[in-house]
Formats: sequence, structure tokens, C-alpha cells
Amino acid sequence: MFNSNTSFHRRSEAALVWGLRAIALVSGAIVLLIVFFLVWEAIPVLQQVGAFRFFTDASWHPASNEFNLTPMLVGTLLVMTIAVLIATPLGILSAVFCQYYAPPRIAQFYRRLIELLAGIPSVVYGFWGLVVLVPLIGRLHPPGPSLLAGTLILSLMILPTIALVADASFTNVSPDYLKGCAALGLGRWAMIQNVVFPTARAGLITGVILETGRAIGETMAVLMVSGNVVQVPKSLFDPVRTLTANIALEMAYAVDQHRSALFVSGVVLMLIIGMLVAIAEVLNRGHLYD
Amino acid sequence: MTRKMTTPQAFRALPFRSSEGIATLGIWAVVVLVSGTLFWLLADIFWHGIGQVSWNFLTTEPLNAGREGGIAPILVSTGLIVGVCMAVSIPLGVGTAILLAEFTANESWLGRFVRLSLDTLAGVPSIVFGLFGNAFFCKTLGFGFSILSGGLTLACMVLPILIRSTQEGLRAVPEDYRRSAAALGITRTATLWELLLPAAMPGLMVGLLLGIGRAISETAALIFTSGYVDRMPESIWDSGRALSVHIFDLAMNISGGESNAYGSALILVTTLVMINSTVSWLAERFRKSRILVV
Repeated sequence: MFNSNTSFHRRSEAALVWGLRAIALVSGAIVLLIVFFLVWEAIPVLQQVGAFRFFTDASWHPASNEFNLTPMLVGTLLVMTIAVLIATPLGILSAVFCQYYAPPRIAQFYRRLIELLAGIPSVVYGFWGLVVLVPLIGRLHPPGPSLLAGTLILSLMILPTIALVADASFTNVSPDYLKGCAALGLGRWAMIQNVVFPTARAGLITGVILETGRAIGETMAVLMVSGNVVQVPKSLFDPVRTLTANIALEMAYAVDQHRSALFVSGVVLMLIIGMLVAIAEVLNRGHLYD
Repeated sequence: MTRKMTTPQAFRALPFRSSEGIATLGIWAVVVLVSGTLFWLLADIFWHGIGQVSWNFLTTEPLNAGREGGIAPILVSTGLIVGVCMAVSIPLGVGTAILLAEFTANESWLGRFVRLSLDTLAGVPSIVFGLFGNAFFCKTLGFGFSILSGGLTLACMVLPILIRSTQEGLRAVPEDYRRSAAALGITRTATLWELLLPAAMPGLMVGLLLGIGRAISETAALIFTSGYVDRMPESIWDSGRALSVHIFDLAMNISGGESNAYGSALILVTTLVMINSTVSWLAERFRKSRILVV
């Protein structure tokens, strides 16, 4: 009786563990499934057209068999680079403010604000950009929907990512260092520049990588404000189309090779993101989100 | 780092007082700029949106492609999409989190594989989820443009958030609980149900709310999985338009749809602000209760 009871428990526990393992495998397999389906749908056009023509064709007219993705790729990289260049200093200085400059109450309030900024959906950013920012830029330098509008909205959107990560990594700077600086009579900014930044460097780089990932993947807000003309922009005021916006705009009516070509741009996006995750994993030795 | 700290000339180069002053000024300027922009955005949405929102707006069908009328079917579709998403992602997410936190060594191949793939999943752009959902749920499984497809796509998307918070919740339960339970001869299954899960509940709730927040703010993954149809959905097999897709459509494709887009945006932002405040309230309570326990 007693024996059978224990073995029953043991069996039920084994069943639980195997059940959990099956569930975890399903969760883990989703990424593989995503990659599989992207590649599966991308293969037809890659076989019929070949990978090179995505860079060498005259233009992007999938209906008439021209598949040049370069303008969109350049668009994505431009928007991403400028947005990261704007958001990184703003975000890091915001974190510095919370940790070293603000009185505790204001710091707490400002942190809430940054979290609020992180929680606003991209479609709302895009809408606000469309009705407020784009007309302003249009008055300054027509037409309005432009690379500039896209980067400004995007930098606002990715700022919370870098600010929150920087804030967390500043918390981890050993207080002994700060006390040492105070004992040496260093000013606040001298301490931050020469001690805090170098100590927190790994965290800051992770923050930049995470915000870059967000910037590349962002779709709706950029789509709504940047004009979406397929071209390599010549100035900040020219309209631009990103890879993500291209997918969102054309997926609705794309068929056959065209549809397949959009999945190719999805694969390109996944490759870039995969590289970023790999860099972040190496930097953090696998503890990115722990 | 130590090189910089100990080399005297690193500091000699700095003109002391003025650089401090400039830095302080610069940092306050950044703070004013960032909070000013946020207030501008919120004030704009509130100012233009509040005139639109009324009981009527929430309970009537959209008319004239959404330019007039309300958003009732859109709210129902959004609710259904989030419902499907949560119904699928909660069992998957909680199960995975329990396995990772309680039943797997950190170094086992399964743990490493699942962790790495979740890290990657968290970085996948939403538009790629949309492509995947369209190819897998709509086409391969034959669900078509439906609330079901949209919800399942979102379930894949919120999974990493859900798992991370639940894991944090479980990790915050003191090790003593597990040892005491083992010493009393309680099976691990019973320990899990009776002790660990209740204790980890706040973490789970935080994950749940964050997941819902992420799900209702999503647009790009939904436009070609759950579709654009703005009629009242009859079942989860129907296509339904989510609130964020509604805002997108009104702003981009419908001239004269701006005022109703403002109203919908106000509803969306208000819901998200409420969710986020609940999350920070819960997290705060969680932190305090942990201090009491430890």
C-alpha cells in the first residue's frame, strides 16, 4: 500500500516533468518554425531569380520582374543609424539624471515617464507624427513625410530601451567606486565620465544593441511618417521606404514571386536581428534577459 | 577603466568647474526635452480625443468607413484577439517558466536551447511575426484571415515576456520553501501547486498584464493575420479589426478619419496607462512582500 503510493507519486511527478518538457520544447521551437516558414516562402523567388538580382536589378517593380531591395535596405540602415545616434546620448543622459542628478522623488517620477514612453504603442507614435510632426516639417521644408520625420519618431520610440538598460547598469556600479571619487574630490560629471561610463560599458553596449534591434524592426510608426517612396534619399527631407514598411504596404496584395520577395526581406531582417542577438549573447554570456 | 582612473592627466585636461556646469545644464536640458515631447504627445491625444469619446462612441458600429459612428465591433474584436492570445500563451508560458526555473539545470541542453530561442524570439520584429502568422496560421493551417490567426500570432509574440516574468516570480520564492517542503516529504508536484505557484503569483500577474499590453498595442503583426474587416465578429473564425489597426487605417487610408482616430488612440493609450500603473503597483507590492519574507 505504502509502496504503491510512493510509486504513484513518482510516476505522476515524472509525467509532470515530461509534460513540462514537451511544453518547453514547443515554446523553444517557435523560433525555428518562424525561420522555417520564412525561408520556405522565400525559396521560390530565390530559385527563379537568384539572390544577386535583389541588389543588381534596375528598380523595385515585382510585378514586372524587377526586385532591387537596395533602396529599402539603405532606407532601413539610414533611419536606424540616425535614430540610434540621436537616442543613445539622450537615453544615457536620462539614466545619468535618474541616478546621479535628480532628487529621489523627481528621479522616480522621471523613471515612470520613461516607462510610459516605452508603453505607448507604435501606431500612436505614428499617428502623432503624422498629424503633428509631418506638417511642421512640411512647413520647414516640403513635402513633410521624410527621413527626418521617421528618424525623430523612431528615436523617441527607442529612447526608453537604452534609458532603462543604462539605468539598470548604473545601479550595478559598485558604490565603493563612487565613494572613492567623492574622497578624491571629483566633480559629479568627472566621476560619471571617467568612472561610471567605463565601468558600465558592457551594459551600455547591450542597451545600444537592444535599441538597434527595436529600430530595425519598427514598422508602423516609420511607415506612417516617412513617405514610403522607393528611393535612396539624398537629403533628410526626402521620403524614404524601409524594409519593414515595404512588407506592410505590399503584403496585402502581393502574390507569387512578389509575395515570395517580401519573405526574402523578412529573412534579411531575421538575419540582422540574429546577428545582434548573437553579439548581445556573447557580451553577456547568455544572461541577456536574466 | 583603472588606467583612466589612476592616470592624472586624464583629469588635468578637464577644465573643472565649467565642464561640471555645462554637464548639469545639458542633462537638465535633455530631461526637459524628453518629458516635454512626451507631454506634448499625450496632451495632443487627450485634447483632440476627449471630444470624441462618449458612451455612444464605445457602443455603436462604425459608419462611413469609420469616419463617423463608434468602435464597438473593434473593441469586441480586440478583446477576442487578446483572449485567444492569452488562452494559448498562458499554459505554454507558465509551463515553460516552471520547467526552466524548477525542473531543469541551467546547463542542460534543453534549458540552454529554450533560453536561447526565447532570447531570439524576443528580438524578432513584429512585422516578421506577421509574415510568419500569414504563412503558417492563415495559409498552411487554413485558418484564413481570422481572429484565431491573429490571436495565435500574438501568442508567439508575448511568450518571451510571459515566461520571463513568471520565471522571475518563481526565482523570488526563497529557497527555504523548497527545502522545507522536501524535508516534510511533500512531493515536488504538490510543492509546485500548493506553495511555489501561489508564491509566484505576483510575477505571473505582472507577466500577464505586460503580455496583454503588448498584445493590444500591436499593429504590424495583425494587418495580414486578423485583417481589416470592421463588422461585428460572429466567431473567432471571422476576420476582425483590432483597435490599433483601426487607428492605422483611419489615419492612413481614410481622409477625414482623423477625429475618430484621435478618439480610438485615447482609448488605447488610457487602457495601456492603466495596465502599466497596475504593473508598477504590483511590482512595488511584490518587492515589499519579498523584503518581509526574507
